[in-house]
Amino acid sequence: MSLIELANPSRFVALTNRALPWLAAATVLAFAVGISQAFLAPDDYQQGATVKIMFVHVPAAWLGIFGWVLMSAAALGTLVWRHPLADVAAKAAAPIGAAFTLMCLVTGSLWGRPMWGTYWVWDARLTSVLVLFLMYLGIVALWRTIDDPTQAARAAAVLTLVGAINIPIIKFSVDWWSTLHQPASVLRLGGPTIHPAILVPLIVMAVAFTLLFVTLHLAAMRNEIMRRRVRTLMMLQAGVRAGPS
Amino acid sequence: MTTALCALLVRDLRLAVRVGGGALIGVLFFLIVVTLVPFAMGPDLAVLARMGPAILWLGALLASLLALDRLLAIDHEDGSLDLILTARIPLELAVSAKALAHWLTTGLPLVIAAPLLGLLLNLDPKATGAVAVTLLAGTPALTFIGLIGAALTVAVRRGGLLLAILVLPLTVPVLIFGVAASNAAIVGPVPFGAPFSILCALTLVSLVIGPFAAAIALRQGLE
Repeated sequence: MSLIELANPSRFVALTNRALPWLAAATVLAFAVGISQAFLAPDDYQQGATVKIMFVHVPAAWLGIFGWVLMSAAALGTLVWRHPLADVAAKAAAPIGAAFTLMCLVTGSLWGRPMWGTYWVWDARLTSVLVLFLMYLGIVALWRTIDDPTQAARAAAVLTLVGAINIPIIKFSVDWWSTLHQPASVLRLGGPTIHPAILVPLIVMAVAFTLLFVTLHLAAMRNEIMRRRVRTLMMLQAGVRAGPS
Repeated sequence: MTTALCALLVRDLRLAVRVGGGALIGVLFFLIVVTLVPFAMGPDLAVLARMGPAILWLGALLASLLALDRLLAIDHEDGSLDLILTARIPLELAVSAKALAHWLTTGLPLVIAAPLLGLLLNLDPKATGAVAVTLLAGTPALTFIGLIGAALTVAVRRGGLLLAILVLPLTVPVLIFGVAASNAAIVGPVPFGAPFSILCALTLVSLVIGPFAAAIALRQGLE
């Protein structure tokens, strides 16, 4: 099923209706496995049990970044290939990515208090993730402010691509500046430096969170398509001819 | 094409000095912001001298931000933006000319006013010179990044606050390196050249990305 075959909204909604129960079930199953593995994982010799905040904090961070990457791909789909559902994908992804970024900031802050003695520090990675969160909120504000969905889609697409410069800055900030935040331990040249007893639950939780993102995203896309149909019907009822959108 | 761009530049320069309070209104706002800070922070001269570069940079950033309304929105309201869009000059160069005019009439006066305001903050000549040079290198970046936000919100009614929300996260690196360069020149073990080069690089990148992103946004938004 190539992307262009999914361009028909009705076919996309039908497919989503069939796929969502399975995705939701897979998400619940993955979380069940992940959370039980997280509870059974050993305590860190230095951090004790608080290391287990990592099982929520790190996947939330990965998905916050993944959300912006997804939005950038959708932005290219809108501007370059004019895929009909690209702007629906972008609009649906923005609040979800913002929520995951906020979760990353809050859980990181709660983890920082016992670890570093402070809830917040203005080092490179925390600052760049905070800026990512602000940009997410800006995108959501832009979507809500412009009335016409097609015009809003193009404006949001341009802003998403301009803001995509922040993603490599977040990833490499711990390498470029000496920061309080932990340097890269998983996705780095030379392989991960975490012991498998903690790495495996982390990966399982990451898979679970990703399934959650995909489930929420597809459901949000379906809702957005329905919302646009309602809008069109309301405009037709009001006697105004809706434009091609 | 050069005559058309020069004509656009001269038109924008003339409008900026004559309309909406003129070019010096940005400087007036800069002065007011710098005056407000000692009321908030207390008049301790040592503290003000230490925070001086940061206060001047924040004031310049906010003054640039508030002036962005005049970059594109006014032309959109009276229809001249549509004429520019349908003209035979490339839209990227046209918005570059407008942004250049905007910087000459808004950013450059801020740079010239900064040393005078440094006196209010008890900055010594070396610090003042450092701040002025970094502002000279950094205010074009603020204008050209603001150009992107202005193009995105050109057709949005009451879009002033949205413009600020969109532009400010993108200007954070300029602010960081501007203040870092100023402080490096004053105290700092870090040599002035390192953050200053990055600041100049940010400006050069924004000179390219700003007009292209703004042109795309204008074409998409005003079809």
